Amino acid sequence: MIPVNAIIKEVIKETPTISTLKFDIKPDAIPGQFVMVWIRGVDEIPMALSHPNGITVQNVGDASETLSNMEPGDSIGLRGPFGNGFELSGQRIMIIAGGVGAAPLLPLAHQLRLKGTKISILLGAKTSKELLFEEQFSRSGEINVATDDGSKGYHGVITGLMDTYDLNSFDMFYVCGPEMMMRAVLDMLHTNSLESISQFSLHRYFKCGIGVCGSCTIDPSGLRVCKDGPVFCGNILLNSELGKYHRDVTGKKIMF
Amino acid sequence: MTYPELSIELTGLEMNNPTILAAGILGTTGASLKRIASAGAGAVVTKSIGAIPEQGHPNPSLVALECGLLNAMGLPNPSYKEFNDELMTAKEGDIPVIVSIFGSCCEEFCEIIEGLEGADAFELNLSCPHSQQYGAAVGTDPVLVEKITRAAKTTASVPIWVKLTPNVTDIVTIGEAASRGGADAVVAINTIRGMAIDIYSGYPILGNLYGGLSGAAIRPVAVKCIHDLYRALDIPVIGVGGVSRWQDAVEMMMAGASAVQIGSAIYDNFTVFSEINEAFLTYLISRDLIIDDIIGLAHRRVEQ
Repeated sequence: MIPVNAIIKEVIKETPTISTLKFDIKPDAIPGQFVMVWIRGVDEIPMALSHPNGITVQNVGDASETLSNMEPGDSIGLRGPFGNGFELSGQRIMIIAGGVGAAPLLPLAHQLRLKGTKISILLGAKTSKELLFEEQFSRSGEINVATDDGSKGYHGVITGLMDTYDLNSFDMFYVCGPEMMMRAVLDMLHTNSLESISQFSLHRYFKCGIGVCGSCTIDPSGLRVCKDGPVFCGNILLNSELGKYHRDVTGKKIMF
Repeated sequence: MTYPELSIELTGLEMNNPTILAAGILGTTGASLKRIASAGAGAVVTKSIGAIPEQGHPNPSLVALECGLLNAMGLPNPSYKEFNDELMTAKEGDIPVIVSIFGSCCEEFCEIIEGLEGADAFELNLSCPHSQQYGAAVGTDPVLVEKITRAAKTTASVPIWVKLTPNVTDIVTIGEAASRGGADAVVAINTIRGMAIDIYSGYPILGNLYGGLSGAAIRPVAVKCIHDLYRALDIPVIGVGGVSRWQDAVEMMMAGASAVQIGSAIYDNFTVFSEINEAFLTYLISRDLIIDDIIGLAHRRVEQ
């Protein structure tokens, strides 16, 4: 599949560093799948779909900065949707989102809500201004926020907030956020023997995006984040490289 | 599963079956290569490794066209120094691990060979079609091919395979140069130069503007190259280019391939190795043939 053209219809400033771009096409995706976004002449990067017709970008590099500065009428190339996406299951579920990691979890919350699932959302960010989709999530269930600086909600990391819940009353956990946050959440679920009812959406460096090149494979399973993932069950990740290291663009291991 | 009927010896390497993972596909990490071993490959070839870390070309670096895959990865690799750990992990897969290597001169090839002691063989990448100073930039010159092959052969204590580019007027000339340099086998073919353009904007799609085409579209080209190399050379020819079914593997062997490499087909079928091997076994048994009966059969048919 070669990139299809998508025209930007709307740009929404979500936080000081995060923007949502909505385009004129709706890839036929399930929550948690991603698209390869081609900013012509610059780069192509993987982005989770945060909306049926939209992506949510944190300004962290050349490509994402160019994307963040796009205006309605500008166009990009899209390949996808790719990856496995989340498996929708559970009657009483917890969504744990950190920073821009909330992006793939928003369409998940919408779909689970349509199924009548009872949802608790734990939303974390560095500071209150960086909380992503707080209002949108609050329409799907009970929400609790945590900020590193205490500017809103629980003061501290999101696992501290998890501690205030009876985790055994949930039958599925959906998690996406910074690597070390996901590792901490996984370890906490493992302490409660709940890792087998959890799904984590991973980030790794992608080149091809379709499971051919091997840039994004994780240790020790050799699974491809772009094709076998990006969503993995917690028990696959328990003894994995998650939270220990990742590989850079050359394939070299970089410790967290 | 291991079947004696499928076991082969190739340049001194014992293999459970004649299917090999091609270079550049899922060969970045040891764990990934082990996974391919579990999926039934008889041997694996790693991602091409160089003397210094390379980031590769900007994305998009690979797109799936209706006729095959078009890529310009740009030889991303962490250098042989960083790759040793991955190689050690890959060897836990208990099948031969062939390290694909690239360089711009004899000295670089030899430095890499000396730095990767665990390799069961080396495949010299003299054929990458989209790199400025490596690959086909050296692999289209028979004098350089012979010189580099000889240097590698003198340095290495394990077999040397030479992977050839089809982007030349006569691939046999290059294959003969590799053979004169002492190659234990040639591997044919690497990707064919190609390009795709985004019709919405006019931009070339690949970050490198052009790249190499692989997959079903290039299989007849590969079959002809293998056929011609088999006729001209006394060393084994390893076939690669668009094999995705057992019939493709048999065809390539009839053209003269002693074994086949599989790459692009993994894109939508991770079980391609075991599927091909099981069907190939059935083919051989039901016709009461052994592998040697079909290698180069197309030549014998015409001579009769």
